[in-house]
Amino acid sequence: MSVFLQQLANALCVGSLYALLAIGYTMVYGVLRLINFAHGEIFMMAMYIVFYGIGLFMLPWYLGFFLTIVITALLGVLSERFAYRPLRNAPRISVLISAIGVSYFLQNLATVVFGGRPLTFPQVALFTDVIDLGGVKMQRLGILVPIIAAALLIALMFLIKKTRTGLAMRAVARSYDASRLMGIDLNRTIAVTFLIGSAMAGVGAIMWGMKYPQISPTVGSMPGIKCFIAAVLGGIGNTTGAVLGGLLLGFVEIMLVAVWPDLSGYRDAFAFVLLIVVLLVKPTGLLGEKATEKV
Amino acid sequence: MTLDIQDLQVSYGGIRALKGVSIQVEDGKIVALIGANGAGKSTTLRAISGLEKAQSGKILYNGEDITGLPSKEIVRRGVVMVPEGRLIFPDMTVLENLKIGAFLRRDKEIQKDIEYMYTLFPRLKERSWQMAGTLSGGEQQMLAVGRALMSRPKLLMMDEPSLGLAPLVVKDIFAIINRIRENGVTVLLIEQNANAALKIADEGYVLETGSIALRGQGKELLNNPEVRAAYLGKA
Repeated sequence: MSVFLQQLANALCVGSLYALLAIGYTMVYGVLRLINFAHGEIFMMAMYIVFYGIGLFMLPWYLGFFLTIVITALLGVLSERFAYRPLRNAPRISVLISAIGVSYFLQNLATVVFGGRPLTFPQVALFTDVIDLGGVKMQRLGILVPIIAAALLIALMFLIKKTRTGLAMRAVARSYDASRLMGIDLNRTIAVTFLIGSAMAGVGAIMWGMKYPQISPTVGSMPGIKCFIAAVLGGIGNTTGAVLGGLLLGFVEIMLVAVWPDLSGYRDAFAFVLLIVVLLVKPTGLLGEKATEKV
Repeated sequence: MTLDIQDLQVSYGGIRALKGVSIQVEDGKIVALIGANGAGKSTTLRAISGLEKAQSGKILYNGEDITGLPSKEIVRRGVVMVPEGRLIFPDMTVLENLKIGAFLRRDKEIQKDIEYMYTLFPRLKERSWQMAGTLSGGEQQMLAVGRALMSRPKLLMMDEPSLGLAPLVVKDIFAIINRIRENGVTVLLIEQNANAALKIADEGYVLETGSIALRGQGKELLNNPEVRAAYLGKA
């Protein structure tokens, strides 16, 4: 029983992390109809920023984390400003290629600047200490991650549903023309979307790093692609769907390995099998609606 | 003169959609723009709203050159469009659609104006919490008009407000256009229903393949034999 609870806690933790990252994919898809392939690399950069901030410059962890989130958010906005905005009126495939370009650019930039040798993510005792919850032993992270993720996601839902910015984001996701006729500033709204999505990726990277403490220039690609799958699973463009998809992917992945330990080597492959199944059976994802093409 | 368009030219990928259009709209008037499909009516309104770039020519609003300004700045000046096909936000509630119409407003009278929209369009009040996508075509058109009015426009442009609506609803729409004008809002109207449009219009323009072919008072155009033959289906 305690083993099962252990796995359950683990699944919740991994699922929440996936959800945080999947949100970024789905939000950007909402306003730009773009799969932002550079999202995983933004996540990777955040891990390096933490390494330098806390590991090297010895900043207190809260300051290091705060700066990481801010810089990561700005990095996302910057990527949009220089790689996507100039292509606003270009065919969508050009923007997609640009996103792949940003992804490779950031990976190679990281290799040049930070080196290809894997580094170790700084450990913050407050998060990584092992605690005992009625027989279930885990790092404090195990409880904190789902709580932090849930708080952020609730805040995000509030922002989207109840604020002026959220209203603008939903409008832009529906129709550029109609939004502009309301006096909404498209570029500003899209920039804010990148800001929020990248900040979420920053938070995700911090927690991910404490759970899986190895950093390398390619560390973002697997989480990136998996969270993209999570977003598709939930129905891309739908924020609730991204959270659901992230949690579901986390649960299924962990439970699969828990039930059939022999399959643990295939853990990463499972996400892709899931993607193929979703695309075959329900291409719009769990909560996705009929694909409405924007003209 | 509220709106003064001088020799406006707009192209789409090398094809000239407007080949020098000049239109004057006076304060407090209803001006109708009629013409066949592809004549450039929608392009004219889209250029005024800043959705299309003018290649040459000028758009003056109250003497100020607004050519090439971002849509946001044009809306801020009180020039607002109800677009073709309505373009309401289907996955927002009726209330949210009205609120987003007041996106640029920061004053405290937004709630009062929402109440006013509900008296103008009682059906919207009943459906306030419904997703706008579930409304009927006529109700969606009312919502699109209400949403535009929420920005407190001085010049309201309407692109085919009666398109695809039942005759009874069309009658309502035209009654509302009249009422909007009575409230002091200038109206620039595109209509495929040329007959109804010219009846309420003070002035009309006939567009033909990107240029103004005719200009005259509404009643004058209504009795013009060419217009009757081409757009009113009467010999």
